[in-house]
Amino acid sequence: MKKTQNVLIKGTKDGLTLHLDDLCSYEELKKELDSKLTENSLANKDRPLISVRVQVGNRYLTEEQQEEIKNLIRQKKNLVVELIQSNVMTKEEAELAISANEIVPVARVIRSGQVLETPGDLLLVGDVNPGGTVRAGGNIFIMGALKGIAHAGCYGNSEAVVVASVMNPSQIRISHCINRAPDYTTDKEKREMECAYIDETDHIIIDRLQVLSQLRPNLTKLEGGR
Amino acid sequence: MGQAIVVTSGKGGVGKTTTSANIGTALALQGKRVCLVDTDIGLRNLDVVMGLENRIIYDLVDVVEGRCKIHQALVKDKRFDDLLYLLPAAQTSDKTAVQPEQMKTLINNLKQDYDYIIIDCPAGIEQGYKNAVAGADKAIVVTTPEVSAVRDADRIIGLLEKEENVEAPKLVINRIRSHMMKNGDMLDVDEITAHLSIDLIGIVADDDEVIKASNHGEPIALNPNSKASIAYRNIARRILGESIPLQQLDDGDKGVFTKIKKFFGVK
Repeated sequence: MKKTQNVLIKGTKDGLTLHLDDLCSYEELKKELDSKLTENSLANKDRPLISVRVQVGNRYLTEEQQEEIKNLIRQKKNLVVELIQSNVMTKEEAELAISANEIVPVARVIRSGQVLETPGDLLLVGDVNPGGTVRAGGNIFIMGALKGIAHAGCYGNSEAVVVASVMNPSQIRISHCINRAPDYTTDKEKREMECAYIDETDHIIIDRLQVLSQLRPNLTKLEGGR
Repeated sequence: MGQAIVVTSGKGGVGKTTTSANIGTALALQGKRVCLVDTDIGLRNLDVVMGLENRIIYDLVDVVEGRCKIHQALVKDKRFDDLLYLLPAAQTSDKTAVQPEQMKTLINNLKQDYDYIIIDCPAGIEQGYKNAVAGADKAIVVTTPEVSAVRDADRIIGLLEKEENVEAPKLVINRIRSHMMKNGDMLDVDEITAHLSIDLIGIVADDDEVIKASNHGEPIALNPNSKASIAYRNIARRILGESIPLQQLDDGDKGVFTKIKKFFGVK
């Protein structure tokens, strides 16, 4: 009896999906993948490029192995690997993913010369004084007065926003954009409950925080509710 | 066992030395045994403000390097009966002559014999500051109602909060000119306290007498008729644990009423 196939090719409406078995050895898998693709590639020579998704199930592939699989598939003329999907990830990657999505609450005053940085969202219960800096990979929410520098999306997330109870920053940075306070403030109007975001023209806009529910619907993570 | 209080500000010229001298004097007036320590090595002047310059024989660096015993270096203030002493800084070396660990040992030794050790800190946040803070249990941050001084005070408070052995610092606002504050030309006391978000332990009005007194080598706290003197005495009493209301800045009885109004939010 012939044993079950380790490589299954399926056609879907988005292109081809390669199901690679996760129980056989990696070497075995590579060999079978190679032979399987070789027998098929001859038939469709003049077809346009086909994008391929690779589904590896519960197998963890290192960067090198992923590259190897991609090369193997790419060698077969009209196939291009779109992505490799796996059900497993390393602990490190998982922790990184968690920290990037986490809201970190901090209750203290960020004073002149101090820098506070979080990988995900930052919830600061306190002020940022002039000369102080807060940086976050995600959004920044400040329950006190922002009088120093805030840098949201500091690893390059243009969707990030800065929200503060009192918005009086010396500089606001979001991703790659920088905006600073005017050199001369003529009026001493109170800037309360405001937000900063990047608009379509790549400029930082400061507005009432109520506009965010329209502009950044992703900020709401609560599902359902009434 | 006494406690060591460091007087610091970050910025120069806001009145650290004057504040140290006067708080020390005021505490001695309350009958406490006080030792003033000048850590501004190379630019000492606490001795001048105290009028004890001529009596210096040994200094802080001599003690640290073992050239003399602590009690030999201490200068006794004759105006007080065995209550007020000064450990002067060296004028010939610089800040690197002393290490924080050595300062810690020195201050701990002094704490055995005195109720309060007042440490006068140099300006800046480098070695001199680190030495001054090393042995301290408490800290007083001095600022003036100027944006630059408040900015530096903010920085120094941030650094003090990192020190594990030092309690949350207290704030002294020095050189207040009431008329300028009233007109809004100067930062207001409430504004500064809210900005720095630490406890206020005293406000001192700008007073010509302070300069006159320190030029004569007599701390203003010795003169009971001056407003600044009372302010310093109040600070000393607050250090001792008494609760005393803040001094009125403007004269005239209108002040109390407007303050109550302000308290209730009536303009």
